[in-house]
Amino acid sequence: MTRWLLRRLVLSLITLWLLATLVFIITNVLPNDIGRTILGPFAPQESVDALNERLGTNDPLLEQYLRSMRSLVTFDFGNSFQSGQPVLPTILAAIGRSGVLAAFALALTIPIAIIAGLYAGRHRGQPSDRAIVLFGLTFSSIPEFVIGTFLVVVVGVQLGLLPVLATPPPRAGILDTARFLLMPALAMAIVYFGYIARMTRAGTIEVLESDYIRTATMKGLTTTQTIRRHVLRNALVPTVAVIGVQIGYLFGGIIGVEKIFNYNGMGQLMLFAAQRKDIPVLTAGVIVIGIVYMLATLAADLIIAWMNPRARLETH
Amino acid sequence: MAVISPTVDIRSERAQARRESRAVLFRKPGFVVGLVILGMWAFLAIAGQAITPYDPFNDFATGHQPPGPEHLFGTDRLGRDVLSRVMVGARDVLIVAPLAAILGVTAGSLLGLIMGYYRGLVDDLVSRIVEAFLSLPVILVALLTLVVLGTSTLVVVLVVGILFTPIVARTVRAAVQTERQLDYVTAAKLRGESGLYIMAREIFPNVLGPIVVELTVRFGFAIFTVATLSFLGVGIQPPSPDWGLSVSEEYSNMISGKWWPTFFPALAIASCIVAINLIADALQSVASE
Repeated sequence: MTRWLLRRLVLSLITLWLLATLVFIITNVLPNDIGRTILGPFAPQESVDALNERLGTNDPLLEQYLRSMRSLVTFDFGNSFQSGQPVLPTILAAIGRSGVLAAFALALTIPIAIIAGLYAGRHRGQPSDRAIVLFGLTFSSIPEFVIGTFLVVVVGVQLGLLPVLATPPPRAGILDTARFLLMPALAMAIVYFGYIARMTRAGTIEVLESDYIRTATMKGLTTTQTIRRHVLRNALVPTVAVIGVQIGYLFGGIIGVEKIFNYNGMGQLMLFAAQRKDIPVLTAGVIVIGIVYMLATLAADLIIAWMNPRARLETH
Repeated sequence: MAVISPTVDIRSERAQARRESRAVLFRKPGFVVGLVILGMWAFLAIAGQAITPYDPFNDFATGHQPPGPEHLFGTDRLGRDVLSRVMVGARDVLIVAPLAAILGVTAGSLLGLIMGYYRGLVDDLVSRIVEAFLSLPVILVALLTLVVLGTSTLVVVLVVGILFTPIVARTVRAAVQTERQLDYVTAAKLRGESGLYIMAREIFPNVLGPIVVELTVRFGFAIFTVATLSFLGVGIQPPSPDWGLSVSEEYSNMISGKWWPTFFPALAIASCIVAINLIADALQSVASE
């Protein structure tokens, strides 16, 4: 177990290093003039040169690379071009707010998607199974901001049931905050339902076809007992894996959702930085989200190892 | 050993099999519906202004008129006819998204073939890089790259295509790995064929099915990605009537009840992606049968 964990950690760190290198290549090696990008097409060349000098983009590439790798260890991602403030605290605050929204979305979607996936797996090939699969497939392929738009138009504007903006008034209670966050969370929940339900369904079908389920049925366990004792634990392995992956990917879709609902989280911060060419904020944001993905998949793997001892022994 | 049937027969058998799977496809209602919707958008994109009720670019009437007999979908903030703009709005995305998908699938298939066939060190190394790529949301990396490079149609195609490459590579690699254990590959190796020949002439035709499915799936994802990037302001640029861009220009007016210039382009995006997914779903089920 310790060896497995150690191996898993080292792999995560290697992936993180590659990811940081990738981000470095995008921002520093691809042909671009950061000073010109920031100052715009009408700035005099002297200002552009001076800015590039101060930002250190004229330094040898290796020196810049070592500097950016050092930031990975020290967590010092430099200062924002826009505010001059250190980048990290701003990002952590924003990611916390996005985390609340994302957690709400996952809390809405996971239980329903698991139940739907189990149901579809047990009724494989029947109309109810087709309906669940088709619903999931359809809505997981539509961008979050489009679903958000539909929700705003139908639920917010036409029916007037929920607030259209996601920012609750200051000092709002937890229930009131939830009411404001319900629509954006729902927009994401609808998109992720399909991924989770599909994985649960596939896991359920595989388990139901296995020998030990036949044994369980033949020794006279009721369906409920079989499901609780034998199916769930094994069928949910792929589900946990996909949830781990989705937690990282959530931060792609959340940008559109935060824009539609004007929610002040990571997505808005990244968009704001994109409009102002605030590259330190953007790069640090991408790397922090990469770290979130690493932690989420690591947590998922640990849960899987606990659920299924075989996974611990497997060497990939 | 008797002389086995000449190639002509095998070819006609293959053509027969292809005809049969095509017939199966057209019996699937999802496939037909998807094809009709996608065909409609492609037709509108090509026919363009010739058939729109109003000029989608230069006809400025009263802004934000609600849907009615004169303007079926209403007008946008500048008084342009929303219906006309939605009709031609497919044009840019139906150029950018397929190109990105083709780029991603071509590069990904090449990479996947090499990784799956050679395995060993090459595979390990590329797999790590692929893993690093996959650990980030595509939208986020695309946003960063487009900010750094500046946005243009070509850059959007390149960025989305390159970001799709590792995903495709992983799928193709898995398919190649199953194929390479089969006898015909061993036979080709014993005949002394080169790795390049085996990949191109022996394995590739047999993994073409998954690649075609992957191409349709990526096409859907490319529309998803390009629409989102346009909505975020780094994709297709004004004055294009592109759907994602239209949503971005008008969404803040939804609060004051002016939902139509946002709603109809959003509906168009959804219909287009759902159509492609219905096609992909049908192809997938035929390919796996």
